[in-house]
Amino acid sequence: MEALDLLFLGFKVLMTWKTLSLMMVGLTLGIFVGVLPGLGGPNGVAILLPLTFTMDPTSAIVMLSCIYWGALFGGAITSILFNIPGEAWSVATTFDGYPMAQKGQAAQALTAAFTSSFIGSLVAVMLITFLAPGIASFALRFGPPEFFAVYFLTFCSFVGLGREDKHKTIISMALGLILAGIGMDTVSGQLRMTFGNAELLRGVNFLVAVIGLFGISEILLTMEEQLALRGHAARISLKVVWEVWKDLPKYWVTLLRSSAIGCWLGITPGGAIAASFMGYNLAKRFSKDPNSFGTGRIEGVFAPETAAHASGTSALLPMLALGIPGSGTAAILLGGLMVWGLNPGPLLFVEHKEFVWGLIASMYLGNVVGLIMVLTTVPFFAAVLRVPFAAIAPMIVVSCAIGAFAIQNAMFYIWLMLLFGVVGYVFKKIGIPMAPLTLALVLGSRAEDAFRLSMIGAGGDMGVFWSNSLVGTITTLAIILLFWPLISAVTSRSMKALRLRP
Amino acid sequence: MTASQGEQGDRPLIDHRPVETITLGVILAFALLMAWDNWRTGIRWESTGPQAGYFPFYVSMILACACIYGIAGEVIRWKKPAGQFVSRQQFRRVLQVFIPTLLFVPVTQWLGLYVASFALIAGFMYWIGRIKPWISILTGYLFSMIMFVVFEIAFDVIMPKGPLERLFGY
Repeated sequence: MEALDLLFLGFKVLMTWKTLSLMMVGLTLGIFVGVLPGLGGPNGVAILLPLTFTMDPTSAIVMLSCIYWGALFGGAITSILFNIPGEAWSVATTFDGYPMAQKGQAAQALTAAFTSSFIGSLVAVMLITFLAPGIASFALRFGPPEFFAVYFLTFCSFVGLGREDKHKTIISMALGLILAGIGMDTVSGQLRMTFGNAELLRGVNFLVAVIGLFGISEILLTMEEQLALRGHAARISLKVVWEVWKDLPKYWVTLLRSSAIGCWLGITPGGAIAASFMGYNLAKRFSKDPNSFGTGRIEGVFAPETAAHASGTSALLPMLALGIPGSGTAAILLGGLMVWGLNPGPLLFVEHKEFVWGLIASMYLGNVVGLIMVLTTVPFFAAVLRVPFAAIAPMIVVSCAIGAFAIQNAMFYIWLMLLFGVVGYVFKKIGIPMAPLTLALVLGSRAEDAFRLSMIGAGGDMGVFWSNSLVGTITTLAIILLFWPLISAVTSRSMKALRLRP
Repeated sequence: MTASQGEQGDRPLIDHRPVETITLGVILAFALLMAWDNWRTGIRWESTGPQAGYFPFYVSMILACACIYGIAGEVIRWKKPAGQFVSRQQFRRVLQVFIPTLLFVPVTQWLGLYVASFALIAGFMYWIGRIKPWISILTGYLFSMIMFVVFEIAFDVIMPKGPLERLFGY
């Protein structure tokens, strides 16, 4: 097995004290970020990204991805103990997790959450290990039209499959594409949309946007809601862990189903949030006793957590293999790759073997270490939540400012971050989703380049996107996904009509 | 649990619908501005392919259409209640964190980031959080020191510095 050899190489890259300690730092920061309401995976990764600017890419990605794993684990702690989802994808975990904590089974619920998170990620990482190299080598044959078609597919699936209002998703995405285009045009070298402003020559950096949109706006929202934290204490003993693990085989169907849902939604940009709800709802529907869900059933914790983690992890698959992120956080990690001077895409597997396999190996190791860490340190992190928000809010603001400034050593970026913070606050309140904006901001110039290169190659003929079976299939699929809500509405109506006419 | 509902003497500041309409209007204006600038740059085809303004021009057009659609939807449903956007109390709390943050930026420029973050954290904890002064000052001091050690010394990330850091030779 070639993949296993390469994975072994990855582990060898990891096994240095420096990388391992960065991993621990990343996990700790990540759990911290996940536990704090008002900070989440994407914000945490975005704020801490500047820390890694001076590191070598492998250490940097290991630390950042560990922040991500940590945040995924941490979200469960607040959902179960405080009934406050630290992350949107932990909302479904509160349905049964918090009732369990109220019944005095907080430790069981937490163990279940952590374990199922671990299982979900493990399945997804295995998927990445065996699928990603294949997809990447297949994608090596892609030319500009194929790449544009894949980008187009990503954009369309956000619009078609997203649960927000369609026009709002389009607004968010188009804004991202325009912001990505500001500055120097990469093909002709011409300046555009700068209005003679020297600061805009460099363009709008996506990190500034992310830190403002996610970090600052979250602080504003959390202040507005005035969180009063009242939670349950928990300490996990080995006995509890053993009891929960002993029962795991009983729930294998739920675990497997949620993993599958998670992987699927992670690769297509449905995201961890949708996955966790879907995992929960399906577990409920297929249960022999659906009414007991919501009263503190351990299965109600297993299902959403497994799905959320499987999806959060598998979102990295398209990022690694094609250079297309499957989630907001993956988009930020992708931005990180570019900052470190790597070119995301299928060539990564050829040109930077150590980097890619180091990252994949770190997913295995990070999840094992993360599981042990959260199981042992729950009381400490639960105590973090008792720190008043008045102390945490300014600290987060300072961290955001440091992050924004460090990108280009420019004060202008701190102002820009504030502007994006206000924009993010308003957008969140009126329901304009932010993930499409982030995605478009990261992919915008690559998508435009791919489009223009294919147009140049084909002499301006749009038919190039249907010129061979591969690109034609992707483009058609994209258009179907774009109009998916319409198509499914029409088909379900005609199905009904058929049934009425026997 | 959130305790945002049922606060004493709290009145809505503004409703959801006007905010959404205005926001979409602002985005629409932005889209038209960008479309105009791109049109000026050139949106036609040259022998070497599309001009620099081509792609962003059409994206601006899509953006503008989506905004018009959204605004129209809001106007059609104008009479139907859509709930409040933010209440007075809530907005007051948002300003409580936003105004200090706004002040934090010029202070950073003037006194350096570390002094400014000390002031922001200690001040916020004391005045907004009503936390004991010594705890506020100690927390602000420790946090700024840790940040200084982590960024300036350990990771070589250069932050804006002011007279105080110069005094210590940084």
